[in-house]
Amino acid sequence: MTSHGASDHCGAAQWGLHGDITLHGQALIQGLDLPLCRGWTCLLGRSGCGKSTILRLMAGLPVAAQWHGTRRAPDRIGWMAQSDLLQPRLDLLGNVTLAERLAGRMIARDQALGALQQVGLGALASRRPDALSGGQRQRVALARALIANAPLVLLDEPFSALDPVSRSQMQELAYRQLAGRHVVLVTHDPVEALRLGAQVWLIEEHRLIAQPALAQSQEKDLRDPSDPQLTQAAAALLHRLRSAGAPHPAPTPYHKGCDTCG
Amino acid sequence: MRLILACIVLIGVWHAVAASQMLPAFVLPGPPAVVQVLARDHQLLATHAMTTAQEVIAGLALGLGFGAATALAMMLCAPLRWLVQPILTVSQAVPVFVLAPVLTIWFGYGPAPKIAMVVLLVFFPVASGLYDGLRATPQPVLDLARIAKASSWRELWLLRLPHALPYLGASLRVSVTYAPMGAVIGEWVGASKGLGYLMLLANARMKTDLMFAALVVIVAMTLTLVTVTDRLLRRVQM
Repeated sequence: MTSHGASDHCGAAQWGLHGDITLHGQALIQGLDLPLCRGWTCLLGRSGCGKSTILRLMAGLPVAAQWHGTRRAPDRIGWMAQSDLLQPRLDLLGNVTLAERLAGRMIARDQALGALQQVGLGALASRRPDALSGGQRQRVALARALIANAPLVLLDEPFSALDPVSRSQMQELAYRQLAGRHVVLVTHDPVEALRLGAQVWLIEEHRLIAQPALAQSQEKDLRDPSDPQLTQAAAALLHRLRSAGAPHPAPTPYHKGCDTCG
Repeated sequence: MRLILACIVLIGVWHAVAASQMLPAFVLPGPPAVVQVLARDHQLLATHAMTTAQEVIAGLALGLGFGAATALAMMLCAPLRWLVQPILTVSQAVPVFVLAPVLTIWFGYGPAPKIAMVVLLVFFPVASGLYDGLRATPQPVLDLARIAKASSWRELWLLRLPHALPYLGASLRVSVTYAPMGAVIGEWVGASKGLGYLMLLANARMKTDLMFAALVVIVAMTLTLVTVTDRLLRRVQM
C-alpha cells in the first residue's frame, strides 16, 4: 500500500496538502500527500501521530511543528474542534452567527435560525449554551460551521467527547448536513472513520497510508454502528493500530487546549 | 447579612473599649457620642460627603475609561504594548498615594488632584487586569477568528473582550475599595471641601467625635460603593 492509493478515487483533487512535517527536528509525517475529494476523508491515528497537525495546516492555523510543502484550500473553511467553542455570553443565535460576524459578513436572522433548525435546535435559539447538553452544544457548533456555506469543512474529533448514542446520531446529522461538501475528519475511532469515510487514511510510522473504505450500503444513510461488516473492519483497523507500537519517537505531552499536539 | 453582623460586633468592641474609660473621651469617643454628632452635624457631613463622592465617581469613570482604552489599544498596537507593558508591571509596586502632594502642586487645591489620585488608583488595575484577560483568551477560541480571517479588531471585540470581562470585573472590585481612600488622601494634602478636609479640621480642633463621624461616613460610602459595584457586575456576569 502506498500513500497514493486514495488519490485514484477522485482524480486531480482540487484541494489538498502535500509536504513534510517535522517536530523538534524529527519527522512527524514524511511524504505527506493528501488529496481531498468530495465527501468525507477520515484521518485515523493514535494521539500524537500528527493527525490534528495535518488538519490545522489544512485550515491555515498555527502549529508547533515545521512544515514544508504546498497547501491548496478554498477561501472559506468550516471548522469544528474537539470542544464546541461556544461563547457563554451569546445565545445560540449569536453563537451560530459568530464565525460569520468574525469574518465581517452580515447574516440574516432567518438564515441563522434556519441553520439552527437544520440541526434540530430551532426552538432554543434564544437559550444560552450553558443550558444545553454536550450533544446539543456540538449541534450548535455544527450549525456554526454550516452557515458559512464553506466548500471545505474540517472536523477535529468533534464527536469524541459525546456518549455513544449522541455520537452516532451526531455522525448521521453531520453526514446529512454536510452532503456535497469536502469534509476532513480527524478521529481515533476506527468505527467512526469507517462509518463516515469515503477515503480513510491511517497514520502509521510517520506516513499516511490509504485504507480501503467500506462502500456505503445506501447513498444517503450511514451504516448502523452495529453493522457486522463495519464492526469487523473496525476491529481489524484497531488491531493494526495496536500492533503499530508507539506512534511518535518523542510523544508530545498532551494538555487541554493544545490542539497542535493531538 | 454577615457584613451587618461583622459591623455590629466591631461597634460592640469599640463601645466596650470606650465605655471602660481606659482612654479619655477626646481620644476615643464611644459610638453614642459619634452617633450624636452624626445626627447633629448631618448637614455638614452630607455636604462634604457629596464633594468626596463626586471626586470618587469622576475618578472611577475616568480611570475605567482610560484603563480600558489603554488595554484595548495595547492589544491592537504592538509598539504601544512594548512600551506600556513594563510600566503596567512596575506600577503595581509603586504606592500611588505618595504622589498626592505632587498632584496637588500640579493640579491645585480644587477637585482635580483628588480625581487624579482616584484615576491613578483605578487606571493601573483596570488596564493591567483587562490586558491580562484579553491575552488569556483560549487558543482554540482564537482559532475561530483565524479560520474566519477576522481582523484583529473583530477578534478583540467579539472573542477577546467577552472573555476578559471577568478579569475587568475583578480589577473594578479591587479599585472601588481604594477609590474613596484615594480621594480622602488627596483632600488631606490640601482642600477646602470633602470628608478628608473635614477630618483634618476636626483633628486640629480636637473634635475627635466629628472626626470619627467623618470616618463612619467614609466607611459607609466605601461599603455602599463596593456593594453596588458587585451587584452591577454580577448582573452583567463579570
